[in-house]
Amino acid sequence: MKVVNQYVPSVDGKGIMLGRPAFTDDLAEPNSLIVKVLRSPHAFAKIKGIDTKAAEALEGVELVLTHKNVPQKAFTRAGQGYPEPSPHDKFILDRYVRYVGDEVAAVAAVDEKTAEEALRLIEVDYEVLEPVLDLETAIDHSSVIHPEEGIREMFPIGFEPKRNIAASYAMHVGDVDETLKSCDQVVRETFYTQAQAHAMMEPHTVNARMDYQNRLLIYSSTQTPFHVRRILSQALDVPISRIRVIKPRVGGGFGGKQALHGEMLVALTTLRTRKPAKMVFSRQEVFESSYSRHPMRIDIALGAMKDGTLKAMDCKILSDTGAYGEHALTVFMVAGSKVLPLYNKVDAVRFGGQVVYTNKTPAGAYRGYGAIQGNFALESAIDMLCEQLEIDPIQFRQKNMIAEGESSPIFEIMGEGTEGTAMTMETCKLDTCVQRGLELIDWHNKYPRRILPNGRIKSVGMAIAMQGSGIPYIDMGAATIKLNDDGFYNLMVGATDIGQGSDTILTQIAAEVLMTTVDRVIVYSSDSDLTPFDTGAYASSTTYVSGNAVLATAEKMKLMLLEEAAKALGCARESVRFDGQVFTTDSEETITLSQLSNRLYYNEDQQQLTATASYVGTKSPPPFMAGLIEIDLDPETGEFDIVDYVSVVDCGTAINPKLAIGQIEGGIVQGLGMAHFEDVKYTKQGRLITNDFLTYKIPTQQSVKNLQTEIVHSYEASGPFGAKSVGEIGIDTPPAALANAVYHATGVRITSLPITAEKRMAGITAKKGEQQS
Amino acid sequence: MKITFMLNDRKVTWDALPGESLLDFLRRHHVVSVKKGCDGSTCGVCTVLMNHKPVLACTVLAMRCTGEHIHTVEGLADEVEKISEAFGIEGADQCGFCNPGIALSLYALKRENSNAEASEIRQYLEGHLCRCSGYQAQVKAALRYIGGGQS
Ligand code: FES
Ligand code: FES
Repeated sequence: MKVVNQYVPSVDGKGIMLGRPAFTDDLAEPNSLIVKVLRSPHAFAKIKGIDTKAAEALEGVELVLTHKNVPQKAFTRAGQGYPEPSPHDKFILDRYVRYVGDEVAAVAAVDEKTAEEALRLIEVDYEVLEPVLDLETAIDHSSVIHPEEGIREMFPIGFEPKRNIAASYAMHVGDVDETLKSCDQVVRETFYTQAQAHAMMEPHTVNARMDYQNRLLIYSSTQTPFHVRRILSQALDVPISRIRVIKPRVGGGFGGKQALHGEMLVALTTLRTRKPAKMVFSRQEVFESSYSRHPMRIDIALGAMKDGTLKAMDCKILSDTGAYGEHALTVFMVAGSKVLPLYNKVDAVRFGGQVVYTNKTPAGAYRGYGAIQGNFALESAIDMLCEQLEIDPIQFRQKNMIAEGESSPIFEIMGEGTEGTAMTMETCKLDTCVQRGLELIDWHNKYPRRILPNGRIKSVGMAIAMQGSGIPYIDMGAATIKLNDDGFYNLMVGATDIGQGSDTILTQIAAEVLMTTVDRVIVYSSDSDLTPFDTGAYASSTTYVSGNAVLATAEKMKLMLLEEAAKALGCARESVRFDGQVFTTDSEETITLSQLSNRLYYNEDQQQLTATASYVGTKSPPPFMAGLIEIDLDPETGEFDIVDYVSVVDCGTAINPKLAIGQIEGGIVQGLGMAHFEDVKYTKQGRLITNDFLTYKIPTQQSVKNLQTEIVHSYEASGPFGAKSVGEIGIDTPPAALANAVYHATGVRITSLPITAEKRMAGITAKKGEQQS
Repeated sequence: MKITFMLNDRKVTWDALPGESLLDFLRRHHVVSVKKGCDGSTCGVCTVLMNHKPVLACTVLAMRCTGEHIHTVEGLADEVEKISEAFGIEGADQCGFCNPGIALSLYALKRENSNAEASEIRQYLEGHLCRCSGYQAQVKAALRYIGGGQS
């Protein structure tokens, strides 16, 4: 291959570093109205009265929106396929406010200062209600977070709002209780995972204007432009044909932008005022009023025989979706469906639980999407089980983990809120990942720990993980390729580049098929008027789903070119060869692509050549990885340094190995943040404490000393040029790998994230106490 | 009120609002390479060079720039292209929201210390948060740029 699986720099890296206008706010109309939101100071309250007269009278204020003057139609902000597996439980503005930071009213004014002043002039009379702030007491709490009428599930997801349940689910294979009883060893443990903030560097940003055809034109920093268009149309009752959504360059999303955040209010402002309007979330709003990761309580039981055969897995989860049920069911299901199949040889497996509402910042999609939570519990519990069985945890994994050619009944049972899709692992190099990971970190010389002369302890830990590649039969990607004169191409894709490099890798795929170079294929993505449909950047779908669409489109274009070349050369299509630049007949007559294109546009047989194709997956081949960590811990304080993190990944053939490694490493470092210090915290009254980068720390240049990342040789026949996905898998292993390493260093098993120095110290102190008594 | 200063080696006179930060001021005048990530001196994406030293534009009042030299990536295209080449080779580009700020700091670091090593680079860039990259590729790219194209 000449372009795919080769070094190709990002197609847009230079322009962006040079500061060319590319991001949403760079493209706002200079005179846009500024939209600002009045946010709730209470975790739960009913708005008894709201007086906006003074705000409306203020000079420079163009519009004030409250629940009284906006359409009252429930929708979900979750940018998912339609009908959504998330409950329709959100109104543009509502009589209830359900978390500190929830929207009370919005103001559009000529500048920031006026908008802020207007917010201060709005008087709200709240009836403060008792909030629900603990996921474990949410069900059947005396406060009902969604008592309102008009909310609904689109299909059965176990939605019981009167009980504060957003979704619930249960499945089983075999008899779990009986199998556990028959096991030689059973481990039962409860794990807790915390909320994590996405903390993408570009805040949520949107601007709108009426264009010269009097249509609503929206620029949004979204991961799902086509879903945004649909949801706006439905909630605002505007024909979808009157809306155009453009996703410019997005400054990171990680799932946080797989939803509507400011779009609804800005669109409404422009529709009402006919003036351009914009909103850029402040950093506080990003933390407080967008999304974070679903916290979970995970009760897990594993049963095995003395010989190290894993027999049963039982997993019960209580997940916290916060004030609204976006992604509630699907994140919860992924905690089982993309975790438990790792150990596919068990006799019995059970998974179920509820997703509850609380009066906190809504949880939403976040890289890993449940898998990181489930992985922490499962891969910690596997190590605990091995300890009890006195079996080497590596050998245990090697014996029980999924392998190429195998399947798991879970794939068929569990899908995205619906049934899943049966599949066999055509590629699964997990064994190679583990083997290579052990070599790279020098496991056998380091496991489990070494005490250094200075008293510090160096230890290692590991975990394995899997993810998916898109949502079969649901996620659709499409592409169009247009031939231009002189023989270069435009590639139009609905796929959404949010910084992960999809524009680049999709260009590579097209260039490879058309046997040309990346600079001859000009990519344009995510414009609801101009590019074909794509569900968007989520569920690790772009390389596999959109990539397959581009592959099919480029192949169509190639056939069209051969057809036209044959006409030009006066022979049959079968007797024309094409090398990307020159068409040659059997009798060695030639025409160049450039000549052919110019002929098509200027001289003879004039016509536009355009090819379009779509792709919907019929399966979701999982990428796999082994993650291994080495830490250097001070047993006096519990402090540690991360010395090394080794990732060995089976993502199929990487279309762009350097960018794929970037995806993995970015995921690892985000996962390490979650593993050991990132923690979304609230006061007892439900106010967010961690609402800036001082109170919510994310990893910096100094956080991780060394990353070693390798991609193993693997070829997934159903993927474009053998590729699977790589966007999410990197984030999954750090919590369990770190917990296992800390255990190896200290003998302390930490079952709740983040694994902070305080928790480690408390464990170490307790351990010492035990040893003395 | 009008202020006069040197932007990318050209004298400009622009109006500033009372209390306006250099960041808001530049963006309002459509110098959009300078990004806003936190508006609170904690993320680094608003970095510009003031008299050749990196500063956080959200922390500096526009008024304070009267008569000073401000550089953004637009004014250092030749050097920034070199940095971008290095980022491209190392696969360090992701969303790029942090990149203009990092490029300016790297340019300043190279002028201060043309032998900077990985640990010094990590220290110098510590204020530049990047949520996408995991940082390692950025460090490799920085070494390549500082080493004149070699890694
Ligand atoms: S915007 Fe200036 S440091 Fe974040
Ligand atoms: S590349 Fe996205 S924040 Fe650095």
